[in-house]
Amino acid sequence: MAEPNGHDSILSVRGVSKNFGGVRANNDVSIEVPRGKIFAIIGPNGAGKTSLLNMISGFYVPDAGEIAFEGKSINGLKPNEIAEHGIGRTFQNIALFRGMNVLQNMMLGRHVLMKTGVLSSFVYWGKTQREEVAHREKVEELIDFLRLNDLRKAPTGELAYGLQKRVELGRALAAEPELLLLDEPMAGMNQEEKEDMVRYVLDIAEQRGTTIVLIEHDMGVVMDISDRIAVLDQGEKIADGTPDEVRANPRVIEAYLGADH
Amino acid sequence: MFHRECGYYKTSYQGDQAILPFPIAKQAIFGLLLLFLIVIPFFANEYYLSQLSLVAIAVVGALGLNILLGYTGQISIGHAAFMSVGAYTAANLVTRIEIGGEQLPFFLALPAGGIMAALIGLVVGIPSLRVKGLYLAIATLAAQFIIEWIINHTPAISGGAAAAIEVDRPALFGWVMNEQWELYLFVMFFAILAIMAATNLVRSRVGRALVAIRDQDIAAEIIGINVFKYKLYAFAISSFFAGVTGVLYMYYFSIATYEQFQIVVSIDFLAMCIIGGLGSIVGTIFGAFFIIMLPVVIRIVMESFGPYFMDPSYLPQVIGQLRLIFFGGLIMVFLIVEPEGLNRLWQNIRNYFRVWPFSY
Repeated sequence: MAEPNGHDSILSVRGVSKNFGGVRANNDVSIEVPRGKIFAIIGPNGAGKTSLLNMISGFYVPDAGEIAFEGKSINGLKPNEIAEHGIGRTFQNIALFRGMNVLQNMMLGRHVLMKTGVLSSFVYWGKTQREEVAHREKVEELIDFLRLNDLRKAPTGELAYGLQKRVELGRALAAEPELLLLDEPMAGMNQEEKEDMVRYVLDIAEQRGTTIVLIEHDMGVVMDISDRIAVLDQGEKIADGTPDEVRANPRVIEAYLGADH
Repeated sequence: MFHRECGYYKTSYQGDQAILPFPIAKQAIFGLLLLFLIVIPFFANEYYLSQLSLVAIAVVGALGLNILLGYTGQISIGHAAFMSVGAYTAANLVTRIEIGGEQLPFFLALPAGGIMAALIGLVVGIPSLRVKGLYLAIATLAAQFIIEWIINHTPAISGGAAAAIEVDRPALFGWVMNEQWELYLFVMFFAILAIMAATNLVRSRVGRALVAIRDQDIAAEIIGINVFKYKLYAFAISSFFAGVTGVLYMYYFSIATYEQFQIVVSIDFLAMCIIGGLGSIVGTIFGAFFIIMLPVVIRIVMESFGPYFMDPSYLPQVIGQLRLIFFGGLIMVFLIVEPEGLNRLWQNIRNYFRVWPFSY
């Protein structure tokens, strides 16, 4: 599907609705995420940003509408199947495997790219070992990229908050996703950690060509790094466009600051 | 001479991922193998050899349970039932199939018992897809009683009213293992095999996926792990180990009887995992050693010192009760003081000596 700016879209959400009992989380939301760009979803608390992300990654099944990735419908697929299609994700509240070290977390990220089954892992020497070493090399590249070198054997539960967020980003990246969903990657960070994270997000988009969908509350960051922005309010999309267009949109100002402004 | 990283530089990822990354660890394992495979069978008396054989068998079963409980985070109170499945499967195969006048050899009976247990384990594992924690505990508890009842009440499986099937000693190409040291080496071989298999499992893709399910099942799904499939894998693997354990018990005692596989045995194995350390291979070995050897130690201590403060005729009864008291008490002590079990104690000792005699 062609976009106004000429790019083809990697993810199309068309008329998606989701209700939880009487609560309308999303109503007829449509977005087109252009390939290789940074796409931000913003909106006040409870606007339905995370539930939209949860539908894209397969935790919720939409009540109506369709979600297509690379032109193919992914409606009704399970989260692990969607991961196999090449959609990675991080969580708002860090969801690392705390019993494991940084390296093991990132190796887990490559689960979908590895093949070892139960029987060959019992034997280990031979095929499994070769696979482990090959994927370890890829993970080490990523550890270099995220500057986690001295922490690779550190238990993730003991890391500082900002570092945990970075490890989670690394775990999602390890699967080499085409599309990366980041749910508030900078929430709760100090200025310095935020700057680091912004740099990583930009580098991922630029060097790896990964498309990024970002939920973030820090308007400065969003306006700075996003190519396109969709604004949700009370479950509905109220605006969609470049940062400048969104900033000038009266409905966005109303949603954020109230009607009397 | 201690477990120290200092001075050893790894030049390959393969070296970094090795089970024994330091020369000291390789020497220690070599020493232990020498001790357990050559020195002990030569010098230990029959009684200690038999107790160590029981430890070796228990290690196999406890590893299976720890893969399920410690690594995947799914509880099972029916572990002994899977052992009975393995034991009765093998016992039936061995007594009914004859090859050249001999009973079916152990190297066929053993995997057969394991595979049968794994299949039953898959079925019992299905509730784990829907329920967690206490509810899963109850579901597996039900499995324990159902399997026990079925075996007891089906003469075709249990071999008649006594629900016991006698089998010959294991034999390898005409060499019948009658002596205690032969049986000891027989079970030790499978214990070592099980330790290697479990170690390899937990350090590769499947093992990591299991731990991911234990730590964060939602995040496990998002990175592409099929949680249902891997939970069932965990049950099948765990039951396979249990089935093999059952077959080893059968060969060791030359009989398969349901009395060896009652609920108490399931609890014993849970205790091995908890006291040894959940999610630790080394801890599992410690745990099995501890639980099997505890009664032996109590008996020795009481027989040496008991007569000083009580009538010697009471001793046998007291020893039996003391075992239960210590057993329950120690589980409580471990849950409160060191929930991570003997493995944590071992690591603390090791870490202390990493920089000894300096502070850091």
